[in-house]
Amino acid sequence: MSGHSTFEPKNPVLKWFESRLPIIGLMHGSFVAYPTPRNLNYWWTFGGILSMMLGVQIITGIVLAMHYTPHVDLAFNSVEHIMRDVNWGWMIRYMHANGASMFFIAVYIHIFRGVYYGSYKEPREVLWILGVVIFLLMMATAFMGYVLPWGQMSLWGAIVITNLFSAIPFVGEAITTWLWGGFAVDNPTLNRFFSLHYLLPFMIAGVVVLHVWALHVVGQNNPTGVEVKSSSDTVPFTPHATAKDSFAMVCFLIFFAWFLFYTPNYLGHADNYIPANPLQTPAHIVPEWYFLPFYAILRAIPSKLGGVLAMFGAIVVLFFLPWLDTAKTRSAKYRPLYRQFFWVLVAVCLGLGYIGAMPPEGWYVIIGRILTAYYFIHFLVILPLLGFIEKPLPLPASITEAVLKGQAGGSLAPAGAPNIPGRGA
Amino acid sequence: MTELATPSLVEQPTRRDFLYIATGAFAAVGGAAAVWPFISQMNPDASTLALASTDVDVSAIAEGQAITIKWRGKPVFIRHRTAKEIEEAKAVPLAELIDQSARNPNITTGDDTATDANRAAAGKEPWLIMIGTCTHLGCVPIGLAGDYNGWFCPCHGSHYDTAGRIRKGPAPENLHIPPYEFTNDTTIRVG
Repeated sequence: MSGHSTFEPKNPVLKWFESRLPIIGLMHGSFVAYPTPRNLNYWWTFGGILSMMLGVQIITGIVLAMHYTPHVDLAFNSVEHIMRDVNWGWMIRYMHANGASMFFIAVYIHIFRGVYYGSYKEPREVLWILGVVIFLLMMATAFMGYVLPWGQMSLWGAIVITNLFSAIPFVGEAITTWLWGGFAVDNPTLNRFFSLHYLLPFMIAGVVVLHVWALHVVGQNNPTGVEVKSSSDTVPFTPHATAKDSFAMVCFLIFFAWFLFYTPNYLGHADNYIPANPLQTPAHIVPEWYFLPFYAILRAIPSKLGGVLAMFGAIVVLFFLPWLDTAKTRSAKYRPLYRQFFWVLVAVCLGLGYIGAMPPEGWYVIIGRILTAYYFIHFLVILPLLGFIEKPLPLPASITEAVLKGQAGGSLAPAGAPNIPGRGA
Repeated sequence: MTELATPSLVEQPTRRDFLYIATGAFAAVGGAAAVWPFISQMNPDASTLALASTDVDVSAIAEGQAITIKWRGKPVFIRHRTAKEIEEAKAVPLAELIDQSARNPNITTGDDTATDANRAAAGKEPWLIMIGTCTHLGCVPIGLAGDYNGWFCPCHGSHYDTAGRIRKGPAPENLHIPPYEFTNDTTIRVG
């Protein structure tokens, strides 16, 4: 079922080429003939949307680099030059800045879809881990990109984030000096961030290839979480998934365009239109919205090293998710308890995002600590125990059966369906 | 096991094994040597290191005033403290301090405790000269603010007292003091 291509070109020139480099057959096998589960819902279209957004970011980014100057004295003005003087510069820069936010909206939906439907479970562990690697690379890329306009938020974001490494015992200071290329965030830092910001998206693209490769080896998960068993469970990628993904991309582009053309600065921060001043910290510094939950975890721990460890730990724990979740049933559709804990986790992550945007005082600190504790409890206590406690609902015998009974992802199984317990062994 | 110990059955290292290990070791050392320049180039360059000292005229700073100068790209606070601020700092029992170290590289007596005398300029008690970088994550604290009337960092809520010592919040250390000296009564050379 891994979609081995039987593609054979008729055209003699293509035939000649294909026998020397079978790339057309590879594309055909991966994106045309590839068997995709027939019951995929719209939550499965975000992989395609993410590929599209990576393309948008790379294309707009290459154009911006043609007009941008990575120097502390010139960077801020060169961005204003892009906004005011360069033909269509305003649009391309707003595309890039808002595109980053859209990229993160799509990736968070994609991650939570995987968490809901158990897409990280055996045999998709490597696929999931590659996804977490992409997420980490995205965070590094977005962070360095935000530094480039060299506004107040750029500079102070760079200072706070690079100072995280100073929490490492003994070698922390040497590491930060090395990262900065000086004794503070300054021109060498901006210059190297520009270089790395240009490099990382191509590394993301490389890991995306591995991610898709791993996906095509093990096959896609689906809303029932029941593996594909026969060819009646699948439809060819083209036209079915191609059309569905394209429609979702168009809808997503409308959403993107609304931000782009009607409120392009809504997701940014006004302070970043003030040129960087290393002698004055803005009264209220916050990271971009997509980092707020992690920022809240950082601030929840009343110790420097502890806060840094907790923040990185919040991502590291995701690498171990396939083994922390002990349940055999994949999809939350058939896990009545897990389904509730899933939505609590979503609420906790949103809550952490809210706390991250608030000043670190009073009740915000206490709520931030409770939510941080719950985040880790969910992964380290609730998930491992749930596999032993929960009694899952009966699974459909196959995807086809679920579809024909009108419950492609439904929660009821037909009377004769085998009752598969959550932990079979 | 004894019969296995006979020389004919136990594999002895050969000249070829030695060559493999020697070649591998040579490649590893050569690889590390080739990587080093690419790591080292990220450390501060010669021009950055050259910006090592700054002279400041402090004659115009009246009691209760403070200025911020830039040294090595970082802010340095120079504060002319009032008698009340000095009294407040001196009144703090040392046991209450989170960080017991003076964080002052100018101390020559070998006594590193974070007393007010060890924090202030030697023999010039009203003068407090510190790197204006919060020891938590590097923001610039606001002067005359916070629960201890010293400095308050708006980023993550660290409070420093009138001797720049951390009293509350996530910062682990007192504000650091740069190497400096009074070249005469009104001039400080930082660095």
